[in-house]
Amino acid sequence: MKKVLMGNHAASWGAKLSRVRMIAAYPITPQTHIVEELSEMCSDGRLDAKFLKVESEHSAMASVIASETTGVRSFTASSSNGLALMHEMLHWAAGARLPIVMVNVNRALAPGWNIWADQGDSLAQRDTGWIQIYVEDNQEVLDSVIQGYRIAEQVNLPVMVCYDAFFLSHTYEPVDIPDQESVDSWLPSFEPDNFLDPENPKAYYGLVMPDNYMEMRYRLQQAHEAAKRVVSEVGNSFGNHFGRPYDLVETIHCDDAETVLITSSSATSPARLVVDKLRDAGRKIGLLKMRVFRPFPTEIVQEILGNKKTAIVIDRNCSWGKGGIFADEIKGAINNLSNRPMVYSFIAGLGGRGITPDLIEDIVKQVENSESPATSSEWIGLKPFN
Amino acid sequence: MIEIRLHGRGGQGAVIASKILAVAMFNEGKYVQAFPKFGVERRGAPVEAFLRQDNKKILIRSDIDKPDHVLVLDHTLIDVVNITTGLTKNGWILINTDLKPTDFDSLGSFRVACVNASHIAADLHLGSRNAPIVNTAICGSFAKCSGLVELASVCDAIKEEVPVKADENAEAATIAFKSTIV
Repeated sequence: MKKVLMGNHAASWGAKLSRVRMIAAYPITPQTHIVEELSEMCSDGRLDAKFLKVESEHSAMASVIASETTGVRSFTASSSNGLALMHEMLHWAAGARLPIVMVNVNRALAPGWNIWADQGDSLAQRDTGWIQIYVEDNQEVLDSVIQGYRIAEQVNLPVMVCYDAFFLSHTYEPVDIPDQESVDSWLPSFEPDNFLDPENPKAYYGLVMPDNYMEMRYRLQQAHEAAKRVVSEVGNSFGNHFGRPYDLVETIHCDDAETVLITSSSATSPARLVVDKLRDAGRKIGLLKMRVFRPFPTEIVQEILGNKKTAIVIDRNCSWGKGGIFADEIKGAINNLSNRPMVYSFIAGLGGRGITPDLIEDIVKQVENSESPATSSEWIGLKPFN
Repeated sequence: MIEIRLHGRGGQGAVIASKILAVAMFNEGKYVQAFPKFGVERRGAPVEAFLRQDNKKILIRSDIDKPDHVLVLDHTLIDVVNITTGLTKNGWILINTDLKPTDFDSLGSFRVACVNASHIAADLHLGSRNAPIVNTAICGSFAKCSGLVELASVCDAIKEEVPVKADENAEAATIAFKSTIV
């Protein structure tokens, strides 16, 4: 069934079709329509789940940690300062190897109070151990939530599906909503080997001494390494079943490209237009969409960028005191290649400023006219300062 | 691609108007994209919403700066906001007003259409007489002046998307369609 849906409701539908049994959420801004729609689905009987309204985002994450520990498929959603408040519990969810799926609407952190698109909120949670998927359109929002549970439950890692505020969250566009039966035949029910069960008492979350902690953490890292293969397999299987394949990254015209433009989230859409236009004008340019940020697809990035002349990374985020985060990670991934491109790093669109085709074309032109990259990320579209 | 900008005041339903038109166009086989420009979310404050339609997937994800057409849900906004900014020459400006198109000649070389959406909505008890909800009437009127969407599709979209007084809202669109002055 195709419907005109906003990104937030695409996320709600993804959770509903995944038959989540428990939803915990704090309902005030920066929360979005996602949980509002889910609460209605729960109250009118369309979704057989417990909706738990909690007093903070920290408690929302603590609640889904508890429900997942009892073997119940759980969901929550947040944004910006709300996600920041969850930080401590995010580590717990990943360390406890709980396959929670959360949606984060990428909204700028305050101050200044903003709530518009900016990836700084979820990228600041980079090292919490969550899988992070950055999606481009509303169809991918819905599809990624469903895939999220299948990935999470295979590797026992939590998954964060991230998408841009307003450009996706509040934007209506056509979305194909799969039938429940079709999703049921693809996504198995959640039946973990271990869960908190009064009939079969076990102790959870005890003290781990130095003689075991490091091994426990090594297995967390191993799970992320395994997740690279699982994300690809699940995306491929999803494609076979629903007709829409996904992977860690997507490449457009990269094979014979000399220059590769690298984007994530909704900025990928206008970049597609620019790359098509420049290709038509005879330029050897390609596009690399970074869909999964954790685990970082190092091997694939090396394969795509090895022997290229130039890489141009556009970041809607900034690690203060360093620069664009995707650019930095790309540089790290290709550093040991003997033949590697120069990496140009640009910061654009912070706090909801538009990333337009014209702006992306200007960036490409600026790179073509320069000898070598600046040592730090260049900020694009700044107004003049007095 | 056709790009449309809606100007309204918080509470008039500009955002829902953009969605109704998007659904109507989508049901006619177009690809659509509708979204609000959010600012300070207060009743009465100037708000904008955007609508794109195309025959293929829409890949632009930023505000509409150069609209082909403009819908003005409250004519007092003309004194407050520059509603013609970036507007394509000969594009339609549809205004909710009790005046007629020639009264807006000073706006420039655009096509002006007028409809008394406030009156139509108030008569059908959509919102209150002082603050009528004019979005569905505007949608019907836009079908008339632009020809970009059928009135029947607009009425179907209203019944799909408007949770209360669906029949009255569809009637508002129909009356507005018939009474639009171009």
